[in-house]
Amino acid sequence: MTVARFWRKIPHRYNLIGTRCTTCGEHYFPPRQMCPTCRREGKIEDHKFRGNGEVVTYTVIHTAAKGYEMQAPYNLAIIKLDEGPSLTGQVICRQDEMEIGMRVRSVFRKLGEESNKGMIYYGTKFIPE
Amino acid sequence: MRDVAIIGIGCTNFGELWDRSFRDLFVEAGLSAIEDSGIQGEEIDSMYVGNMSGGRFVEQEHIGSLIVDYAGLASNLHIPATRVEAACASGGLALRQAILSVASGYDNVVVAAGAEKMTDVGMDTATDALAAAADREWEGIMGATFPGLYAMIARLHMHTYGTTSEQLAAASVKNHHNGTMNPIAQFKNEISIDMVLNSNMVANPLHMFDCSPISDGASAVVVVAADIARKYTDIPVYVKASAQASGSISLHDRADITTLDASVVAGQRAYKMAGMTPDDIDMVEVHDCFTIAEICAIEDLGFFRKGDGGRATEAGETAIGGRIPVNTSGGLKACGHPVGATGIKQAVEITQQLRGTAGKRQVDGAEVGMTHNVGGSGGTAVVHIFSRNR
Amino acid sequence: MKVGIVSYGAYVPRYRIKLEEIAAVWGDDAQSIISGLKVKEKSVPDLDEDAITIAVEAARNAVNRGNIDASRLGAIYCGSESHPYAVKPTSTIVAAAIGAVPNLTAADFEFACKAGTAAIQACMGLVGAGMIDIGLAIGSDVSQGAPGDALEYTAAAGGAAYIIGSSDLAAVIEDTFSFTTDTPDFWRREGMPYPEHGGRFTGEPGYFKHVTFAASGLMDKLGTKPSDYDHAVFHQPNGKFPQNVARTLGFTPEQIKTGMVVPRLGNTYSGSCMIGLAAILDQAVEGDRIFMTAFGSGAGSDAFSITVTDRIEEIRDAGPKVEELLENPIYMDYASYAKHKGKIKV
Repeated sequence: MTVARFWRKIPHRYNLIGTRCTTCGEHYFPPRQMCPTCRREGKIEDHKFRGNGEVVTYTVIHTAAKGYEMQAPYNLAIIKLDEGPSLTGQVICRQDEMEIGMRVRSVFRKLGEESNKGMIYYGTKFIPE
Repeated sequence: MRDVAIIGIGCTNFGELWDRSFRDLFVEAGLSAIEDSGIQGEEIDSMYVGNMSGGRFVEQEHIGSLIVDYAGLASNLHIPATRVEAACASGGLALRQAILSVASGYDNVVVAAGAEKMTDVGMDTATDALAAAADREWEGIMGATFPGLYAMIARLHMHTYGTTSEQLAAASVKNHHNGTMNPIAQFKNEISIDMVLNSNMVANPLHMFDCSPISDGASAVVVVAADIARKYTDIPVYVKASAQASGSISLHDRADITTLDASVVAGQRAYKMAGMTPDDIDMVEVHDCFTIAEICAIEDLGFFRKGDGGRATEAGETAIGGRIPVNTSGGLKACGHPVGATGIKQAVEITQQLRGTAGKRQVDGAEVGMTHNVGGSGGTAVVHIFSRNR
Repeated sequence: MKVGIVSYGAYVPRYRIKLEEIAAVWGDDAQSIISGLKVKEKSVPDLDEDAITIAVEAARNAVNRGNIDASRLGAIYCGSESHPYAVKPTSTIVAAAIGAVPNLTAADFEFACKAGTAAIQACMGLVGAGMIDIGLAIGSDVSQGAPGDALEYTAAAGGAAYIIGSSDLAAVIEDTFSFTTDTPDFWRREGMPYPEHGGRFTGEPGYFKHVTFAASGLMDKLGTKPSDYDHAVFHQPNGKFPQNVARTLGFTPEQIKTGMVVPRLGNTYSGSCMIGLAAILDQAVEGDRIFMTAFGSGAGSDAFSITVTDRIEEIRDAGPKVEELLENPIYMDYASYAKHKGKIKV
């Protein structure tokens, strides 16, 4: 990911800033600029999520994504935030602690890096609540 | 709208084809389809080619021009060629575009091809190129891989419906068995449940043998207006339905993680268009990029109730001779998965089945067949129904 | 104008390695090392933790504990000797991660293990001069120690953050005093992964001389004596140095007990005595007086005289206490530790 592409999303990645449609009240994370329910009738504004939620499903990744080799094995989960939307994120805990339905909260971690001389990507991961 | 029929098919061997280049592959597949159909190059009105990532795999874009040029149809005949892309559903989508252009009356004879050369890059680049089918900004950067996304589907399917690793493995074992009877298959070896369960863990609960391989290959079909099909062949295979549906690109945005709703909707649209139900289908090629994907597909397409796919597979209901044979070609798992070629290869397999030329893997009395091609974790689904009868 | 601590927060990674595990790899006698250093285990960062993530977690704990509107922060200074970027501030990332951007000044500090207390002094100056409303000073490190070097037994990971202001103070900082010389006891050259040190030279001419002069300098300036303080905390490169310097200065073992975090934590470099101070604030009551002296190689010491106010009761329980951060560790073997510390090169 290039510098500008990462930088553009810093508020969303660091602080879980998503969006909310004031017409229907639905919350969106990752942020959406078009409400799928209200479409052009919708009015979108920023919304900061609290960062608490529940594991919907998970996996332990052994064959890592490119650039994530040193982190393997790592826990990846779909997390349903308390405000409604779901996102994909890593859960930092022992593999045997992972279970569907577990409560988690957000923490600030390194997501990855461009290379050992490139920029470092910081963002949100989760730990057991 | 006009009826459309397939009159010619061609396919390379699938596998790690170290001595073949990208253009070698599609020229072979395209020419054998044209030869099989008996058409002349001059008769071709247009071409559609499914290719996911020429840019990443062989650093080549402008695939349409390249293909039509090396097929010998550019400099003299100037045949229009269009590349279509929907990740792993690129091939199915190319076929659909070809069908639409004939059905609309715009064209009479169209070649639909699919090709991917994946082994000219290292495994990490290949995996990363495939990961581009998911949402790079909100899945990829979190460390998500494709096996990882399907593993999360599998985990929830197991949790919700009691599906077991053994049931997942049964899909792989069955597909390898079918692959032994398919001359073009990448893997022609029998495997056992234990071999699947003892293979390396890729993304829990998916093992190496739950995953389709990295493959090279190309495939092509010739579609024409049904009215002129018998001019070329005694056994045209008629297109009864061509349906496509979109779903969220990210798995986390699905209402139900264990259901690819794009598959459900594409299936429903296809059944409606064909005036058929799942009971009318004699065999189906589904998109088994992972074993769990086959289980979800046979449920989402209505062959089994949600949650019953694993048990049905384990019970042999999807084997050749079973209630609904699934992936007689060996599927993506055993036949191989050169991404852009897969959707076309599925149509090649069904055409062979309906022509009665599928050899040892022939399904008795095959009249109606279905193909199901998925992009990403379910962002795109393309379903076709074919029949011997117009 | 009174200047002091409005809120504070600490952070310690969850992983630990026992000194026996390290000693076994290098064939050292674990018991003599443990009794010599008075350290039993040390914290280890997770694979995705560095001085920035630790600074952010500590800063978030400070902001939440004090229920602070982060946009009030006029300055953020991050002290560390393991800033992930040689050029590109830790402090800007922290500022964005706690929602303090954009109307503030920010910079990274480096002064070996006392960069964080230097940051506190800078914030005190800006607040005292009326230039800012409140400022954030952080000391955080994923300390480096070369494989097989004596430092490897203690170099740990952790950090603490202090919000400095002039109202709603949980503790008043009465004064600070520093002692600085050019003493090459310990250094790390640009581009080098691990620090070098002068062995036993780091003791008398380094740690003991600077801590003693700064501490007695501050007490002379204020007219206080060790017995005036309820708690004292000194930089903790190991358990032995702070004990010895406390005894020399006239502090009792009882006074340094609460802030002595090193036996279960290791040396968190810039985080060291700032985490010790946090452990004291976790337990202190109104009116308690605290004496803190940091030490940074190179070399210098910053001494502080602090008095706790009644507001400590309001904020204390709104954030994780140091004791909680030290509980429930995950112990690791040397191979996993080497992977976590980036000592395995691919």
